[in-house]
Amino acid sequence: MEHAKATEQKIAPTVILAEFDDAGAALHAAEKVRDAGYSRWDTHAPFPIHGMDAAMGMKDSRLGWIVLGCALTGLTGAFIMMHWMNGIDYVTVVGDKPPGAPQTLPSMVPILFELTILLSAFGAVFGMLGLNQLPRHNHPVFASDRFRKASTDRFFISIEAEDPKFDVKATKEFLERMHPSHVEVVEEEVE
Amino acid sequence: MAYYEPITEIGEARLVQKGSTFAEVTDDIAGVTETPAPRGWWIAFGLAMTFVGIFTFCVGYLFWRGVGVWGNTSPVFWAWDITNFVWWVGIGHAGTLISAILFIFRQKWRTAINRFAEAMTIFAVICALIFPGIHVGRPWMMYYVFPLPNQMTLWPNFKSPLLWDVFAVGTYFTVSLLFWYVGLIPDLATLRDRTTNRTRQVVYGLFALGWRGSNRHWRNYERAYLILAAISTPLVLSVHSVVSMDFATSVIPGWHTTIFPPYFVAGAIFSGFAMVETVLLIARSVFKLQRVVLMRHLELMNKFILFTSLLVGYAYSMEFFIAWYSGNRYEMAHFLHNRPAGPFWWAWVWMMVPNTLIPQLYWSKKMRTSIPVMFVVSIFVNIGMWFERFVIIVLSLNRDFLPSAWGYYRPTIIDVGTFTGTIGIFFAAFLLFMRWLPMVAMAEVKGTMPQADPHHGKHEAAHAEPAAAEGTLAAEGAE
Repeated sequence: MEHAKATEQKIAPTVILAEFDDAGAALHAAEKVRDAGYSRWDTHAPFPIHGMDAAMGMKDSRLGWIVLGCALTGLTGAFIMMHWMNGIDYVTVVGDKPPGAPQTLPSMVPILFELTILLSAFGAVFGMLGLNQLPRHNHPVFASDRFRKASTDRFFISIEAEDPKFDVKATKEFLERMHPSHVEVVEEEVE
Repeated sequence: MAYYEPITEIGEARLVQKGSTFAEVTDDIAGVTETPAPRGWWIAFGLAMTFVGIFTFCVGYLFWRGVGVWGNTSPVFWAWDITNFVWWVGIGHAGTLISAILFIFRQKWRTAINRFAEAMTIFAVICALIFPGIHVGRPWMMYYVFPLPNQMTLWPNFKSPLLWDVFAVGTYFTVSLLFWYVGLIPDLATLRDRTTNRTRQVVYGLFALGWRGSNRHWRNYERAYLILAAISTPLVLSVHSVVSMDFATSVIPGWHTTIFPPYFVAGAIFSGFAMVETVLLIARSVFKLQRVVLMRHLELMNKFILFTSLLVGYAYSMEFFIAWYSGNRYEMAHFLHNRPAGPFWWAWVWMMVPNTLIPQLYWSKKMRTSIPVMFVVSIFVNIGMWFERFVIIVLSLNRDFLPSAWGYYRPTIIDVGTFTGTIGIFFAAFLLFMRWLPMVAMAEVKGTMPQADPHHGKHEAAHAEPAAAEGTLAAEGAE
């Protein structure tokens, strides 16, 4: 969005974008933003940058715990299903194995395994989307035309207006000191 | 997905052609979906759709008349249907191997081919799932395989390997689809951001889920990818093992073999790599992807083919040896007489020669780096592996125990039409994929390029830790 369009008073900044040409510059800039104490900010890159998690001061992903929960649900769910269906509700004796006997366990192994995997995969994918709060199609950064390059070969740092330390002028100057190739204040109409 | 610096001392080379930029990678790959299809694409698509038409006719006729339209008859009740099922599931396995197992082993070269191989997995498993669905005689009763409440208050028999198969292949398809889609999200965002066409923006945007390359997202995304790779690895090994148990848990000579699970998995990877190569070689020349899919990748795949060919050859030999060593006369009659010298001896030759002898060409570097040679070899391996399943299924059934029950098997034209029809479905789906989706994982390829290293090039000087910077500079100089 061009600044020239921002003539009405109803327009307010939503996010400031600093654009970098390479991953290293973005990484070092991110270290400075982290040290300056911003909280509602992010970096954007066409691929995950090695070391960026530390540069942004982020903790490890919690996804593994979600997947563990799903895996255990799949495992116990599969056991309960097979035991109830073939051993309790409609007793099916195959291979002379009495219902509920430990000897029936080996024949359950493939399905116990498959359902553990299936639910873990659901946990990994939907857990990831949940932690990332995706799908979200209306983020302020999308108002910038230059931001379209973030998925090709540009690296961005975005600081949101909702950050308590945010101040259009000061934050913009702060970002400009990191030698980005471009800085843009993204604005949006407000009611 | 960290950057990749080749170890030149041991002969490693760059994964992407030297000097390529991120933008060039995007242009090369995303560009394919943005320009009108080349004439060759339309010809291939028309041909594939012709076979889809033949398939539709054959399956319609099958549903109308019943399974008698196939050649299956006493004593060969499983024939092309299950052969095709096992063949297609096997082909899918290389896709998961490339996307999951090579990811776990940090084989960065996989980035050039993994999207492609994953797509192949999905289309191959779709083709595979058709056959159990249509071979049951009354396909509208197919839902009995699922644990659903029904009017007879019956539940499936969970001790049956056929039911294990439903869960194994069903899980495999679902997980492969999720894995593929997760990998696609950042690339769909690239397509969304590049286009000015409203329809493309809406459709790609919808499926990109509002991806904005955020590092807070990449953190969870990379973890999800790692977990999916980690769980797909045992999954892929389990799927063909479970498929092999459909046979191995029976008492038919030729099927009742403990070697089956690992033997099926090795064969699956073998045939899958051959199919990836067949399709990749076509796509590479039609869409000019030489800058991303290098000879090095093809050579590594040929090494895999050679290795798995040796494994498969070992399994064949071991089957023979154990048949003789066991002293069991039915086993011996099957392996030592019916296979090499029975009425289907030619099928056995078609299994042995393309699977164990032809790939031996790859001991020579000249052969495994020649595009025409590898194309022909990959076709031979595809054929050979189809015959392997034919040998296992039909040759074990046509002469079992009592000579009075022996018989011969002949496919009908409907069998042929159904099978070639699924090849049409596979290629039609593949051509649509190559046309509308990025066929190389752009985000992953970029992550392996030298510029992806945040300490690459001019920023060494600005780095906060001088010692580390010197180390990297020295490495750069040595290169």
